[in-house]
Amino acid sequence: MLSSGPFARACLWGYGLLVLAFLILPILVIVPLSFSSGAFLHFPLPGLSLRWYARLIEHEPWRLTLKNSVIVGAVATALATVLGTLAALGLARARFPAKGLIMALVLAPMIVPAVILATGAYFFYRPLGLANSLLGLALAHAVLGAPFVVVTVSATLGALDPSLVRAAQSLGAPPWLAFRKVTLPIIAPGVISGALFAFVTSFDEVVVALFLTGPAQRTLPRQMFDGIREEINPEILAAATILIVLAVALLITAELLRRRSVRLRGLSP
Amino acid sequence: MAAASVELRRALARVERRRALGGFLLALPLVAFLVVFFLLPILGMLARAVDNHELASVMPKSAEALRNWQGIGPPPEEIVSLFVAELKEAYRRREVAIVAQRLNREQAGWRNLILSTARRLPDDAKGSWLATLIELDPAWAEPAIWAGLRRAAQPWTDIFLLAALDLARDEFDSIVRAPAEQAIYLDVLARTFWISALVTLLCLILGYPLAYLLASLPERWANPLLIVVLLPFWTSLLVRTAAWIVLLQREGVINDFLIRIGLVSEPLPLVFNRAGVLIAMTHVLLPFMVLPLYSVMRAIPLSLTRAALSLGASPLVAFCRVYLPLSMPGVAAGCLLVFILAVGYYITPALVGGAADQMISYFVAFFTLQTANWGMGAALATVLLAVTLILYWIYSRLVGIERLRLG
Amino acid sequence: MRFSPTLAAAVLFTVVGTAQARDLTITSWGGAYQAAQRQLYFEPFQKETGIKLVEDTWDGGIGVLRAKAQGTPVWDVVQVETDELVLGCEEGILEPLDWQMLGGKDKFLPAAVHECGVGAIVWATVLAYDGNKFPNGGPRSWADFFDTQKFPGKRALRKGPRQALEFATMAQGVPPAKVYEALRAPGGIDKAFAKLDSIKKDLIFWEAGAQPPQLLASGEVVMTSAYNGRITAANRQDKRNFKIAWDAGFVYQIDSWVILKNSPKKAEAMKLVHYLTRPENQAKLPALIPYGPTHLDGAKLVPAEYAEEIPSSPKNLPHGVFFDAAFWVENVEKLTERFNAWAAQR
Repeated sequence: MLSSGPFARACLWGYGLLVLAFLILPILVIVPLSFSSGAFLHFPLPGLSLRWYARLIEHEPWRLTLKNSVIVGAVATALATVLGTLAALGLARARFPAKGLIMALVLAPMIVPAVILATGAYFFYRPLGLANSLLGLALAHAVLGAPFVVVTVSATLGALDPSLVRAAQSLGAPPWLAFRKVTLPIIAPGVISGALFAFVTSFDEVVVALFLTGPAQRTLPRQMFDGIREEINPEILAAATILIVLAVALLITAELLRRRSVRLRGLSP
Repeated sequence: MAAASVELRRALARVERRRALGGFLLALPLVAFLVVFFLLPILGMLARAVDNHELASVMPKSAEALRNWQGIGPPPEEIVSLFVAELKEAYRRREVAIVAQRLNREQAGWRNLILSTARRLPDDAKGSWLATLIELDPAWAEPAIWAGLRRAAQPWTDIFLLAALDLARDEFDSIVRAPAEQAIYLDVLARTFWISALVTLLCLILGYPLAYLLASLPERWANPLLIVVLLPFWTSLLVRTAAWIVLLQREGVINDFLIRIGLVSEPLPLVFNRAGVLIAMTHVLLPFMVLPLYSVMRAIPLSLTRAALSLGASPLVAFCRVYLPLSMPGVAAGCLLVFILAVGYYITPALVGGAADQMISYFVAFFTLQTANWGMGAALATVLLAVTLILYWIYSRLVGIERLRLG
Repeated sequence: MRFSPTLAAAVLFTVVGTAQARDLTITSWGGAYQAAQRQLYFEPFQKETGIKLVEDTWDGGIGVLRAKAQGTPVWDVVQVETDELVLGCEEGILEPLDWQMLGGKDKFLPAAVHECGVGAIVWATVLAYDGNKFPNGGPRSWADFFDTQKFPGKRALRKGPRQALEFATMAQGVPPAKVYEALRAPGGIDKAFAKLDSIKKDLIFWEAGAQPPQLLASGEVVMTSAYNGRITAANRQDKRNFKIAWDAGFVYQIDSWVILKNSPKKAEAMKLVHYLTRPENQAKLPALIPYGPTHLDGAKLVPAEYAEEIPSSPKNLPHGVFFDAAFWVENVEKLTERFNAWAAQR
């Protein structure tokens, strides 16, 4: 395209690859360290072992925090997905007064710093009995996750041909059936990737967790936060490696869904 | 004919209204949920920033009397004796600390004044109660403490919001500059903007060429590389922060490497300082720059720059005059997004920064969780919220919120 | 299977809404110290009494106690420093203890006895460094700590004024015994802050007790203030060669066990505090981490081989100064504010 010659093109490639390396190498470098047989975070490794993973399994706090994180993540994801999908359908359906304002409210949790929601929730949830409870944390996480669902579902809806639904309805399908047989299959990839986003948001969230959890509601990110602050050891890196594997799996799922959605909508051959 | 068309128009409008109502009803559950669990907590936090209930709840009669009293210097004896009586009672109920705590927000040291006075109050006045108080501590003769008490007796207070802007009130209730050892928040705010601006600039410098490269590749090639951009985005923030500490430590991977290849002889200080904050935050926020740039650049037709080239423009001119202006929407979207997100950052600076690298979010958390000074925490959060909303508004004007996506 | 919203909601609330019935919690200072407590006290206590125990960690601060004591607290038993004990008791956020159950006030060191708290350990904040980094001898005084010419490199102090002001005063040549006199003298606090300011660009701050050994191990700092037990524990467990400069001067003090006001588990909490302060239990600690007992009988039971490493050993004690609770009760909040504002600026 624009590049005037092979030299400029090579420079661009070199620079681009360096930036990509900057993005990904820091994450990859901790994987081998987590398999170290020593306690120090240096290369070359003294030897390979799984001892840090074994400690992860043995240590009670990790198990408790993992359980809490999964519960909170599941509840938050379910809430965010249902509410977000409905809202996306509603917002796509028609113009109505104050739509811009509603859109701004719905997307605001992505923009407003977590510490503001956390401080607000810290005061507001206690009289409701939601402070120091997994439910309270899950509700706050659903707030943070819902905008992602709205955005991903809206994106798939934007490409939905309304005549398909009308065709179904004119053929006698009641609205619910038309939704289930026509709309849902088309937006499903959007719903699922929205749900994945919402889950990752909750599973990774630490600021609100710092404000809203007591010792019994400790989540995995909170445990990691304390661990990183006090002492980074290969045990933390083992936990981090597991989270990286999870991230890769979720990312690939989301990417496959995106491609499927593009194909379903007939946007590319 | 005309009647039929009016009828049709009405029917259409009816359908349209029904659709609008249906759409609104579908959006309603989420809106209601966000109002209850997002908007109300934030409004409650704003109320906390001006909350002033402590004195009135512990010493209601004195509070009322002080509210109605106007004047400078110690108040009349009847108010003082009322105050002393309620102070004794509060001490007996172990509630005097609540008042002492509140007064300490007016001026450091008043906590001790209130507590030590309450501890040593005699049963009967020697002369007047005012004289008794002054004998216990000469500070009671000063107008400042009584003005402070009167401020604490009001239904709401502005001292926290003022303090968040390095201001305070003196004994005449006029707004003055806060004492130098407390006046750090304008500095913190400026630092927050400065760090965010630097991170945005770094992201742009790193992200623009990368997005340009990706946009110039066929999708078959661009997609796998985009996954590399997206992976950090899906990886836990804490994992990435931990990674940077491991890399940047004094005896960490990067310093090991630099020393081994002989580039430096002494390890560089890269973490627990400003450099660490900038590197780690740039890494965390870079995908938010690359993705909007990429989606804008993808849509720029190649033919335009080709045309410029074929008309004799040099590649640099073609880039500056044609491509760059066309990519500006992406630059604006990416920069605003990165800047907005950076302004609210807390975790990364807290873990990789030093004490002088903390941004405003850190102080919100610090006052709320570490010192139980909720008025101050809420006031700083209010400032942060105001900044964020202004930026959000600018974003919606320049870019449009319908283009807001974090992934 | 058909999806039933009612059933789903019911499941959701039983899984998630378990906020009310909670277990007894104990909050200590993390790292190697809490690991030792877990092994010696927390686990045996659970086995012996069948009471389930949940642990939390903190780094001190009266503000944290105030925040935690709101409404029904999530913490029950907490290990606090003396100023937090005195302030918290005065503010009514701590429960008075049942001293009869603990065996009477005369069984403990006088400084370990308070209406709202009983002494947990005798410990010290000391000057520590990595012996391997100083083959020709390390810092021998706090003046050395503040001398970046003689000993270049970063150093770390606990974030906050406590102990830091004492050390900055010692660095001016004031002997440990006279430190609080100097701090109370007009301008004494300003002088201490000026001393801290003189090495500000080489200072980093730690909050958790586990950080100083980590900072030494990673080479991030050349010397640091530290809780004495953590340094010895790192040497024993990770085979480090960290040194404590006892004769540079140190601040020793007594931490106390307290119970937060309105604890829903008050009876169990008292049982736990009693268990923690039994002399035979206190005497086991130095073998894992060298902190001294507060129970008079406990002190006699400490094996001689470990007695050398605790702050109150005859060899160490002359170099130490006892934490002046009265000074800190009066000043801790004002000075914490001043310290934090100072630290937050370049």
